[in-house]
Amino acid sequence: MTTERDDFTLLWLQAGSCGGCTMAALERGAAGWFEELRGFGMRLLWHPSVSEETGEEARAILARVERGEETLGALCIEGSILHGPEGTGLFNKLSGTGRTMLDWARALAPRADYCVAVGSCASFGGVPAGTPDPTDASGLQFSGVDLGGALGPDYRSRKGLPVVNVSGCAPHPGWIMETLLALSLGRFTQADMDDFGRPRIFADHLAHHGCSRNEFYEFKASAEDFSERGCLMEHLGCKATQAVGDCNQRAWNGGGSCTQAGSTCIACTSPGFEATRGFHRTPKIGGIPVGLPLDMPKAWFVALAALSKSATPKRVRENARSDRVARAPTPGAEKKKP
Amino acid sequence: MSRIVVGPFNRVEGDLEVTLDVEDGVVREARVSASLYRGFEQLLLGRPAADALAIAPRICGICSVSQSLAAAAVLRAAQRLEPAPNGLLATDIAHAAENIADHLTHFYVFFMPDFARAAYAGRRWHEATQARFKAVSGAALREALPARARLLETMGLIAGKWPHSLAFRPGGVTRALALGEEMRLLALIVDFRAFLERALFSAPLDAAIELSSARELDRFAEGAGAAGDFAAFIRIARDLALEEMGRGPGPLLCAGAYLGPRGHRFPAGLLDTATGLLREPLLSRVEEDVSHAYMRDTAADPARAETLPDIRRAGAYSFAKAPRLEGRAVEVGALARQAVAGHPLIRDLLANGGASNVFARVVARVLEVALLTKAMEDWTRALRPGEPYCVADAPLADGAVAGFVEAARGTLGHWASFRNGQIERYQIVAPTTWNFSPRDAAGNPGPLEQALAGLEVGEEGATNVAVQHIVRSFDPCMVCTAH
Repeated sequence: MTTERDDFTLLWLQAGSCGGCTMAALERGAAGWFEELRGFGMRLLWHPSVSEETGEEARAILARVERGEETLGALCIEGSILHGPEGTGLFNKLSGTGRTMLDWARALAPRADYCVAVGSCASFGGVPAGTPDPTDASGLQFSGVDLGGALGPDYRSRKGLPVVNVSGCAPHPGWIMETLLALSLGRFTQADMDDFGRPRIFADHLAHHGCSRNEFYEFKASAEDFSERGCLMEHLGCKATQAVGDCNQRAWNGGGSCTQAGSTCIACTSPGFEATRGFHRTPKIGGIPVGLPLDMPKAWFVALAALSKSATPKRVRENARSDRVARAPTPGAEKKKP
Repeated sequence: MSRIVVGPFNRVEGDLEVTLDVEDGVVREARVSASLYRGFEQLLLGRPAADALAIAPRICGICSVSQSLAAAAVLRAAQRLEPAPNGLLATDIAHAAENIADHLTHFYVFFMPDFARAAYAGRRWHEATQARFKAVSGAALREALPARARLLETMGLIAGKWPHSLAFRPGGVTRALALGEEMRLLALIVDFRAFLERALFSAPLDAAIELSSARELDRFAEGAGAAGDFAAFIRIARDLALEEMGRGPGPLLCAGAYLGPRGHRFPAGLLDTATGLLREPLLSRVEEDVSHAYMRDTAADPARAETLPDIRRAGAYSFAKAPRLEGRAVEVGALARQAVAGHPLIRDLLANGGASNVFARVVARVLEVALLTKAMEDWTRALRPGEPYCVADAPLADGAVAGFVEAARGTLGHWASFRNGQIERYQIVAPTTWNFSPRDAAGNPGPLEQALAGLEVGEEGATNVAVQHIVRSFDPCMVCTAH
């Protein structure tokens, strides 16, 4: 344990948020999130959902941080920054302070050693920024794919990093805590972020990697309706081959993932994912999906798909259209030799 | 008369500001304000109808499954679809897990820490309460949070992840459970139940479920369940007379909870606590009033209304509209559900107190944790091997439909109009929109505003801890409130 003076301090605020990123964080730790924070040498200065301090006491903490009287290791903000109406930010005041979250984010971010956008809203704008963008929502340092956002392209935290975008809707609790731990240990540098500021901890992978429907993908044996076991890419809108995330390499809630549940990847780690119209249907031109796997030339995809479809084992074809394993693998056929 | 603004009002979900007008140490009037507006009803317009299943849950990361299910309910109504029985059961299991997690978070993370505050130093229970329940550091959190995480493994099995899952469809769920997954579900329910029977109740679940009167409850807290966290709450509550605090408006509403193959587990009903009269709620007579909301005038009927924010509206003080049922403010939540369902303990708590109150709200929530954990077991055992979990979508009819579910915090309604497969209108009335509504055009305050009026706060004003108890007893979800 570190002493209180050496603790890496966290201030967590919610802007135009649904609170889901906090709910994800609360899933952490064999003895709970708070024990994990203690074990990591992290101290919550304040968190709207969990801290004792309320009203005046909470305002006093914010004021101390703003005046630079309290060292701030990481400013964690969850939720979009709302600029509306008409640039006032009044769609989201931090209650009791008379000030907007737009104002608070700009006031506190320069005080932080690191600034962490928790979730796709704080990273890129997220769902609130979808058409018609009723509240003029942005992320902290991105507006969709464009650099800028509430803090502007040139913002750097006290330790010299741009905003770290732990995207995802909601992000995996591990993404949040592993990023914070690496930051607190001084082990996280600009080289550990991708072009959208996302930690490469998860952004070096595609959500597709490790998908339990992999065999169906290989043979282009596709589910045509929900609850079927086949690959979700061809018909049901799955974007796992285009979206970053190690989603299928670690367990969500003890052992799940979106694709494992048959509910398709909607690329929630990507800027602008909310712009999709028809999340559950794969758009196609001439029968070919418009969104092909990242880095894959279209001609190759078409050729390989045709080849693999013609080579699909009966077992895989049947299981793809079934909601349970209709035909089990029959290993050891060679043992039956006389 | 002095006006006090309390905020940021934390340990609630989302942004809450409460304004109190205090005269001679007594709250004369309270105004509750939702200070965040994100515009989900505007975001849904013009999208393909099924996109509501991806957008609506993101209103709320706390009751995300409830929002998904309300969206699925309107799509189901527009498709006139009969869902797969297994799909309904799997949905109920996942929904119960979310609602139990919410109740547990409320009890351990939001509500109990207030009794560990310095304001109660000197009370005989204060030291033990600090050790067990203090915010962030209390020992109970080391048990309750891992138990919550284990419970939410239900979502890994049924819904892929939580919050924000796309597994819930009008016709069921997107994954069929095989025998192995059913057993994994039962195993985690057993683990969670063990936590409840050890830490929360210190007694078998049935002992809590079978409590039938306030007297039995007090006896439980001193006897069979004395070592549990629930008993600790009951003893504190009795010492502080929480049953006298935060009286609600009278009518309690439930729209029907946990739709199964044979109807709702907890029925729909409207109970008037003043008269004891119970009847069917006329959900077609829900109206929303915008006279004190930052909203432009629109139709009162959610089926015809629009959401057009107007930050300059004179007299407005909240982004929340004011829903009224047959013109009245009503209270929703676990207390309403269990009172309508006729649980004898809850009926007795209301008979003794006459109206809803801080104590009864918390007891009902904890009782529901026990009821739902048992229900999760029942539903898992009722899953039928080999039968489908999802029925394919049917063509979507044009026109207006409504769908209702019971979220942890109460009745959640979605009203939608579809045309050519697209969303033409979408209105949402969430549980805390009901409970924390602003005044209506007639000047009638919302349920929390009524519950705070008349409170003696003395010299302490806003720092009076009773204000904290009353507000948090509703377990507000402010992100849902104005959405």
